[in-house]
Parts: sequence; structure tokens; C-alpha cells
Amino acid sequence: MHLKPFALSALHSATSGGRRYHVWMGGLTLIMLVGAYAYSLQLRYGLGVTGMNDHVSWGLYISNFTFLVGLAAAAMMLVLPAYILKDVDFGRAVLMAEAVAVAALVMCLAFVVVDIGNPLGGWHLMPGIGFLNWPRSLLAWDVLVLNGYLALNLVIPFYILYSRFSGRQPDKRKYIPWMYIAVMWAVSIHLVTAFLLAGLPARPFWNTALLGPRFLASAFTAGPAFVILLLWFIRRETEYEISEGAFSKLALITTVAAQINLVMLGSELFYKFYSPTHHGINARYLFFGLDGHNALVPWIWTAIALSTVATIALMIHPVRNNPRWLIPACVALFVGIWIEKGIGLVVPGFIPSPLGEIVEYTPSLVELGVTAGVWALGMFVLTVLVRVALPIELGEVRSPYVEDAGAARIVRPRSTRTQRRDIRPVRTR
Amino acid sequence: MTSDPTTDVPRDAAGQTLLQKRVDRRRALSILLGGAAAGTSAVAACAPVSAATPESKEAKLLAWREYIKGNYRTMTDAERAETIARLERLAELKRGVDVTIQSTGAQPGVVFGYAFNISKCKGFRSCVEACINENNLDRRAATEYIRIFEMEDGVIDFDHADATFQHEVPAEGHFYIGTQCFQCADPPCVKVCPVGATWQEPDGITVVDYDWCIGCRYCMAACPYWARRFNWSEPEVPVAELNTNQHYLGNRARKTGVVEKCHFCIHRTRKGQLPACVEACPTGARVFGNLLDPNSEIRWILANKRVFRLKEDLKIEPRFWYFTD
Ligand code: SF4
Ligand code: SF4
Repeated sequence: MHLKPFALSALHSATSGGRRYHVWMGGLTLIMLVGAYAYSLQLRYGLGVTGMNDHVSWGLYISNFTFLVGLAAAAMMLVLPAYILKDVDFGRAVLMAEAVAVAALVMCLAFVVVDIGNPLGGWHLMPGIGFLNWPRSLLAWDVLVLNGYLALNLVIPFYILYSRFSGRQPDKRKYIPWMYIAVMWAVSIHLVTAFLLAGLPARPFWNTALLGPRFLASAFTAGPAFVILLLWFIRRETEYEISEGAFSKLALITTVAAQINLVMLGSELFYKFYSPTHHGINARYLFFGLDGHNALVPWIWTAIALSTVATIALMIHPVRNNPRWLIPACVALFVGIWIEKGIGLVVPGFIPSPLGEIVEYTPSLVELGVTAGVWALGMFVLTVLVRVALPIELGEVRSPYVEDAGAARIVRPRSTRTQRRDIRPVRTR
Repeated sequence: MTSDPTTDVPRDAAGQTLLQKRVDRRRALSILLGGAAAGTSAVAACAPVSAATPESKEAKLLAWREYIKGNYRTMTDAERAETIARLERLAELKRGVDVTIQSTGAQPGVVFGYAFNISKCKGFRSCVEACINENNLDRRAATEYIRIFEMEDGVIDFDHADATFQHEVPAEGHFYIGTQCFQCADPPCVKVCPVGATWQEPDGITVVDYDWCIGCRYCMAACPYWARRFNWSEPEVPVAELNTNQHYLGNRARKTGVVEKCHFCIHRTRKGQLPACVEACPTGARVFGNLLDPNSEIRWILANKRVFRLKEDLKIEPRFWYFTD
């Protein structure tokens, strides 16, 4: 068995690195501590310390949750071309995408936990000792699909990495079937989360058949955009080779998805505004404000501007293939969709209320602290996962019990500073 | 059926039922978690005094038993009696009040309905007041189940109505229309609850098990009438103003982080009384009764008045009608 050396080497990989690495991890830990403190206040005094109220009963937490479900789903769906269509360009990107999925899921679950008013009652959800209202409640579906998806995304990469670590080729017959399941599952987590909102007759803002597809389109925009950023960083800072092809294909996926996303947004706006029925009143609040209440207006227009400009830029081939432009475009898309599928999706569902009252929402400091803490937790998890996976993938780390002489040593991961190869991110040809 | 005082599990001579197996598993969980959770804020919060006195020890133990108990709906009668005894004792230990908690079930042949006379309501809000007192609503957050909207004569338009008016009523050129939980026949709030903490009773009242609710607030998003309230912080009711006549599914103590709502004064109406809001209304705008009783006033109104309901298009069939004289 190589489990113990695997764990030891993983621990070693995760805890060693250059000064910049330690500063990064230390900074994240600090933010997590701030978040933990903010959460302790919330536990002690109740959700009253947030900006939420009986009118806007879901806020920043659920907003981040809906966005991150998309990130988790999209990252995994990149696996499809890599493993199933045997695309070599993607092969190396896949483990990273799965790490993104795991980190996003950890954040999703954390956001749900910090959002519930009675977290100690969490065991009521456990089938057997509690009661899970399945299949009637879509929230029960969400609990199941999210946890199942997390399990899949932990087990598959572990199997692959562990096999490599033990000096074996991972057996395709053992993991490809699970890959298929995981890819379909990725669609399901996002659709279920969309249906969770779309199924509420009380909330016309979400009550649209396009909500599920729109979720998928925006996920396929923000997800690959984030993976591009991550791969670009990895390629710049480590020896891990990621081909030009991987970048250009990811950029293409992002571009197409961003276009579809805008088309869907356009049809939604047409339906809501061309014949202004009462159904469009929440959208009116979001885009133009109602009776002087317009807290979300600047946000949503920023999001639309970011998405539109980035999408148009990406449609121009030289721009898309030049990292100088690709990277900022990806950042813009990511932020734009974070606003649009987060605050811009959840909060206006509650404003005005079903009885027409307008009560606005502003997150409190505690809420911002907890949110920052959860994001730091996610980035921490992502960093650790990438840090553990890279040396194994690079062949620098192998189990000491492996016969293969060349690899029979635990190599200390090279310091990112000194050994960094001086390559430019994505070379344009 | 007898009950062993040292455990939560009712002993049944006929052997264990499926339900009891569930309880057994829950007890197993309690033993597993017992050590870990004993020091957590869960127990500490429920027993604010230090564990030095026998009372505080008892309170801690009772709070722990409360924490691991099941959903009210699936409890046996013996378990219900036990949890009620615990809650009454806890009220005594913690606040020094002697409350009576009922568990009266739905009466056969009864489905409650409500009607609201728009032409009679003058916006006095006596019903709101009565509801707050009757149901031990949180005074700190000023929770209200009933809302009275002031509208301009001519059209029912909630978008331009005012539910927070602070002037002499009735105001010239205005009329009033009240809302609360409409006890839908097909309630969307019940469908969405992930843990089954809210359900509809056979007499049509949608209730919440405050101890089972996890506070996800999905039901609040689902209610088309904005009828549910959340306890954003610890509810506060002065001991002197506490209504000690309580029902497990009604006006008993709520806690932080759970949802609550109008329950048609379940502790009164199941014993044949009227809801507090109906009794308090000085103009007689409120009518309450058994929809299955052909001789009831509400049936007369439904048969003889022009009635309507809000948001009929949603097909959730609220049991709350509006009418005019
Ligand atoms: S009015 Fe709202 S809270 Fe009351 S039963 Fe209907 S959906 Fe549920
Ligand atoms: S807040 Fe409570 S009653 Fe409402 S859906 Fe969640 S668990 Fe159920």
C-alpha cells in the first residue's frame, strides 16, 4: 500500500514552497480567521446581524452559492472533451478543472451552511435519522446532487493521482464510466439549482423556462474563463506544460458560451420589457429602479457592460489568442457573471415582495466578512489541491516503494521562484 | 403503551414499531454525538446558567433531549406527551412561567375557512394588536402576521398600497384590505421544505414545527402572499405579557433562526373558539368558520356574496376570501 507515503508527500507538497507561496497561504488563513470570527457573531446573535430581512430573505450567501454551483459544473464539463473524446490538449488541464470543481463545491456547501438559521438542526436532513423531503422539495434534490457530485470529483482525481503515485497507469475501465456519470451529473447540479428558483410560482422574476439554460450558458462562460486564469498562472509559475491548444480551445468554449449567454439574456429582457406586464416588475427594479429604489442598478449595468465588452473582444481572433487581452477578458467575464448570476439573480427576486412592497437589501459587515472567509477557504482548498497534484503529474513525486528506479524518491517540489522557467504565458503564433 | 422515564423511547409490549426504530437510531446518534456536542454552544445556549445547580443541570439535560427529538408529526402520543412535559418544565426553569402546551389534534369534519369584508374594515388594526398578544409574537423585531393595506378607492392595487400607515383612520378616499397566511389548500410553502418541518393539518391549517425547522427560508421564497416570518434574532416577549395558553404547533416559544406564521389561532379554534383577530375586530369585518358545516356563516357568505381571492391564477386555492357588502 502506498497510502501513507501518498498522504505524507501530499502534506509535504502542500506545506512547502517559496516565500510568495507562504504569504499567499498565510493571507488566505488570515481572511478565513476573520470569516470565522464573523460567523461566530452570526451564530451567537442570529442571522439578524446580516442585512437580510423578512422581505429579502436570501442575500449575499445564496447569491454566491448559485454562482459557484455554475463554476463547479462548468469546470467538470471540460472533462468531457479530455477523457471521452481523448483530446490530448485537454488532458493536462483536466485535473486542474476538477480541482476547481472541488473548491467551488466546498464553497457552495459552506455558503449553504452559513445561510441556514439553525445549523445544529442539520441532522434533520439526513435520511434515516432525519427526514429528507425527497422528491417533492427541490432543495432536497440539491442536497443530494451536490454531495454526490463532490464525492465523484474527489474520488476520480484521487484514483488517477494515486495510481500515478504508485507507479501504475490508471486503468481507464475503472474511471471512464464514472467520468460519464460525473459529466451528466454536472449538468444536473446546475439545472437543479436553477429549478429550485424557477419552480416558485410566487417569484415571477425566476419563473421562466429559460432560467435553467441560462444558468448553463453562464456557467460555461465563467467556468472555462476561471480555468484559463488558473492554467495561465500554473504555466507561468511552474514547470507544468500546458499547450497552446488547451488555451485556444478553452478560449473558444468561453467565447461561444458567452455569446449564447448574451443571446439568452437578450430574449429574457425582450420578454420582460417589450410588453411590460406585472411579471416584469422585478426586472424593472433590477435594471432601472422602482420609485427611487435603485440599489442594484449600477451593479447590473456593470455586469452587462463587462460581459458584452469581453464577449465582443473575444470574438476577434487575434485578441482571443493573445494573453494580453485574453486574461483581462476572462477576468471581466468572471466578474460580470458573478454579479449577474449572483446578486443580480437572487436579490431582485425578492424586490418588490409578492405584495408589492419594496424593501432593499445591503449586506452587512458580518455578511461580507463571512463571504470573504468562504472565498478564502475555497482558494485555500484549490491551492492545496493543485499543489498536491502538480508534482505527481510532473512525475517528480513517486511512492518510495515503486520499483522504477528513476522515480523512487520523493522529490521536493521546486521552489516556484528560483526554478521558474522564463516563458511567456501563451505565445501568439 | 408505557414509557420508561430514563429513556426517550416508549416501551411497547407488542414490540418495536418502525417509528421506534427511527427513534432508536436517533438515540444512537445522540450517544455518538453526545461527547462532542456536550460542550458546544447548542447545549450551552439552551442552559444559560452554570451547571452548578441541580436546576441548571436539569435544564441542560432537557435541552439536550429537546435537541435530539424527532419531528412532531411522526411522534407517538407518548413522545408528544414527553416533549410537551419537557417544554413546560423548561419554560419554568428558564423564565419562571407556568405555561400549558396543548397538542389538540384536528377535529374530524372540520376544515377552516376565512372571509374578509372589505367594506367593513376601517384600518383600525385591532386584529394586528390582538394577534401579537395572543400569539406571543416577537416584540423586539415587531413581528406581525397580519398586514392591513391602505388603498386608494377604485382599484385593488398592492403595488401602490401602504401597509405602514401612521395616521388617523379611516382616511378619506381610501379603503383597507388585510392579508395574512391564507392557508392554501395546495400550499407551495409545504412542498418546498427540505425537511418536512411545515405541513398542512387535516383541518387545513398549515403549521410549522419550530424545533424541526432548519431555517433555510425556502418556504419564505415560495409563499406568494408573503405570509411567513423569520426569527432573525432571539424573540422577546415580556413575561408579564406572555400568553400561557399555548399549542405545540401554535403560539409556544419560538427560537432564533426558525420560521413561523399565522396558524388560525390553532390553540383556540380547535376548541371551538374564534381566532383572536376575529374577536378583536370592532367592525365585524372578519368571518371565520368551518367550511364543511353547511350552516356556518362562512358558507352563507360564500353562497350569497360576491367573493374573490388573491392570485387565483396560481391555483393554490387559498382558504381566505374577500367580499363586499
Ligand atoms: S399563504 Fe403562504 S404560508 Fe400560508 S399556506 Fe399559503 S403559501 Fe403557505
Ligand atoms: S425555513 Fe424551516 S419550514 Fe421553511 S422550508 Fe426551511 S426548514 Fe422548512
